Amino acid sequence: MSYLRSVPRVWRERRVKYQLIGGRCKDCGRGFYPYRQICPACGSANVEQVKLPERGVVELFTVVRTPPAEFAQYAPYVVAIVRLEDGTLVPAQLTDVELDEVYEGMEVEAVFRKYREQGPSGIIEYGIKFRPAR
Amino acid sequence: MFNKTLTFNDNLFYQGSFYERDSKMPPLASVVGWGAYIPIYRIETAEISRIHTKGGEKAPVRQKSVPGFDEDSLTIAFEAAKNALRRGRVDPREVEALYIGSESPPYAVKPSATVIAEALGLSRRLYGIDMEFACKAGTTAMISVAGLVNSGIINYGLAVGTDTAQGRPGDELEYTAGAGAAAFLISKPGRDSAATIEHVVSYVTDTPDFWRREGEKFPMHTFRFTGEPAYFHHIETAARMLMEETGLKPSDFSHAVFHQPNVKFPQRVGASLGFRPEQLKLGLLCNEIGNTYAASSLIGLTNVLDHAKPGERILVVSFGSGAGSDAISLVVEDGIEERRGLAPPTLYYVNRFRVIDYATYLRCRGFIER
Amino acid sequence: MSRVYVAGVGATRINEHWDKSLRDLMVEASLKAINDAGLSRRDIEAIFVGNMSSGYLQGQEHLGSLLATWLGIPGVAASKVEAACASGGAAVHNAFLAVRSGVYDCVLVVGVEKLTDAVTSDATSALIMAEDQEYIAFTGFSFVALNALVYRAYMKKYRARQEEIASFAVHDHKYAVNNPLAQYPRPISLEEVMRSPVVADPVRLLESAPLGDGSAALVLCSENKLKELRDRDVLVELAGSSISTEIFSVHDRTDLTTIGASVKASRKAYAMAGVEPKDVDVVEVHDAFTVLGVIHLEDLGFAEKGAGWRLLSEGQLEKDGDVPTNTMGGLKAQGHPVGATGVYQIYDVVAQLRGEAGKNQVDGAEVGLAQNVGGVGGTVTVHILRRVR
Repeated sequence: MSYLRSVPRVWRERRVKYQLIGGRCKDCGRGFYPYRQICPACGSANVEQVKLPERGVVELFTVVRTPPAEFAQYAPYVVAIVRLEDGTLVPAQLTDVELDEVYEGMEVEAVFRKYREQGPSGIIEYGIKFRPAR
Repeated sequence: MFNKTLTFNDNLFYQGSFYERDSKMPPLASVVGWGAYIPIYRIETAEISRIHTKGGEKAPVRQKSVPGFDEDSLTIAFEAAKNALRRGRVDPREVEALYIGSESPPYAVKPSATVIAEALGLSRRLYGIDMEFACKAGTTAMISVAGLVNSGIINYGLAVGTDTAQGRPGDELEYTAGAGAAAFLISKPGRDSAATIEHVVSYVTDTPDFWRREGEKFPMHTFRFTGEPAYFHHIETAARMLMEETGLKPSDFSHAVFHQPNVKFPQRVGASLGFRPEQLKLGLLCNEIGNTYAASSLIGLTNVLDHAKPGERILVVSFGSGAGSDAISLVVEDGIEERRGLAPPTLYYVNRFRVIDYATYLRCRGFIER
Repeated sequence: MSRVYVAGVGATRINEHWDKSLRDLMVEASLKAINDAGLSRRDIEAIFVGNMSSGYLQGQEHLGSLLATWLGIPGVAASKVEAACASGGAAVHNAFLAVRSGVYDCVLVVGVEKLTDAVTSDATSALIMAEDQEYIAFTGFSFVALNALVYRAYMKKYRARQEEIASFAVHDHKYAVNNPLAQYPRPISLEEVMRSPVVADPVRLLESAPLGDGSAALVLCSENKLKELRDRDVLVELAGSSISTEIFSVHDRTDLTTIGASVKASRKAYAMAGVEPKDVDVVEVHDAFTVLGVIHLEDLGFAEKGAGWRLLSEGQLEKDGDVPTNTMGGLKAQGHPVGATGVYQIYDVVAQLRGEAGKNQVDGAEVGLAQNVGGVGGTVTVHILRRVR
């Protein structure tokens, strides 16, 4: 599972993951995450980087009970698509919440948390999760 | 020249500094932003003693905070620092220092400062470092950043105390070893700041009251030796040095915040220094959150800043095993009130919690591996 | 440009084949298909192997060349084709192009996957590679979890009940009983399905395709080769073959209840074959999860959007219904050896068109459709087969 041990990969993506950097297409107006140079909706290359809003609502969610190997110790946990205040949809894990407290439309806010570790000796991968908003 | 000697015996004899310091320093720096973070989980000490002593243990605090499985001292520091930046109303790119005091960093080698700086979007031209001096590391970080500001090296710097303290299961300290962080955005003195740092003192001796050897998972402590020769001697000495140098008396302070490994120690040291219980009230939170180690006195300070009025004077004295105390005197400025509401108050974090049982606690702390 | 015919088909049973390796499986299926065609191995000019996870699970890539040697015909053209769970269909499409172009007269296409070499959590890691590793797998989504979101979105938008949709699993199992290749040839009840453990809310274990191993193979040939084939009353043509893609990540799409790639791929295939949905007599949809089966039927044109689940309760998916679907057990009961599934589906359609489906036979089947899906619809392949003799 060498992709799970790759340090350059984590280093490359860190800014986008730590600060939730998305893209906004200047032609069709679509916002998307993560940032990429070409708009997935209209194909324009006229895309600017934006720091996405930190609040949103749960659009859809589910509970992962049979996790992939690298998340085995954390299950069960909630994963969701969050609709941020500007309409951008973001996939993320939810935290600081019990499984049965989550509902579609729940207001959430971004927090900086550990996602996984590359083993006990490897580096720690951090990113943005969402918790019930204050 | 100091004539006073604070001794029981030669080991505790104060060795005065080279300078004749008998007057307050000019304003050192100011706090323009402050913030705390405490994880959502708590375990009651009654639950811990249910497992280990069947209810026989006297509780030094009522409950302590527990980091969630996706939290560590780095993520906890991040949120406190973010709150400080919000109150500071500063573009992160203008912040040129991030000093983090902790004894429980996620890496033994690789500073949390670099990750947090990247995540907050601070300047890359950054004085960044992780520092260790047990529970004093946070206040020392503050003093260090204040020094960078004061010398004109930087305009804005962040100082953070953060810990997810390790408690050996069944040990006395397990009842209090908590998790939390407090952060301060430091800048030049000014009336529109939240508070001016007017004087600082640091008093350090080689006193091995509590330590953790390289590679060990849990610290060692020395039971009653951590009291008089360690906690009380250093806090009292640093506090008295500060009051000597500034000419201030306990009655000049509206608030006093001491390092709080439990509820009784800060109450005792406050009384012995001449402070009244009302002066300690806002800064004494450990009964609800436990001992947050490098954040301990600093979280107390954030709660004071959440409530204090301009003109009020605050004394903060930390204690770090090994051992040493930092004493810091601050005066609240006019700019505090407009900054208060820009981030969650510390009591919000203190009062919003979920209680977990001992098994869940073990899982959160990684003692049960799957 | 040549017309493309299915000269032969072969497949192993789908199962946990502890005693058969990946190469054993693909050799077995290949030999069966070549034999079924009445040809010899030396007739094969090119090989396309469809597989998703051999690198991750077996540490083995380069399957095309490997199979050529293990079939005793090193020297032929060969390569591996990958499109996640649509690897089989994509391999068939490549083989179709190879014959249609006139460059090759006789081509072997094999789908193969061996998931049981890994423990479940590693297989789960393998399957999420069909989706965005960096931004979706990173957050802990499993493949099931992504489909759970689709399920929720579908039930919400069309006010469909889970019981109605979950019946798809019951349907699949009913037909798997008469399929000797099926992994689970036993019937199940709706109650069993709804009582099975939740894998990712609301998806239940018995609504999800199982993990298994298998290999299926086709020999495709041009008109030139027909005279060399085994004598048969029936000849099946691969009349339409298409691939389309969709916006890769589910959260970047505007509507989770439809898969645009199915719509596009099927329209292309219908046009190529000169048929419409109403002409199709037998259908294989990629029901990795019950709700997908429903959505696919809608996207392929067999039901209005939001009404696919009604076909189940109305009995239209039965072998004597309007849209006989998954009449050999589908992904849920016949099995879903990921990279092989697309080829198994065509194997099943060919059985129907040849009149060799036994108790599952759809009377007078002449036109069949097989839809193979990669990821949550990131890629869809559609193949249309027609009995020409």
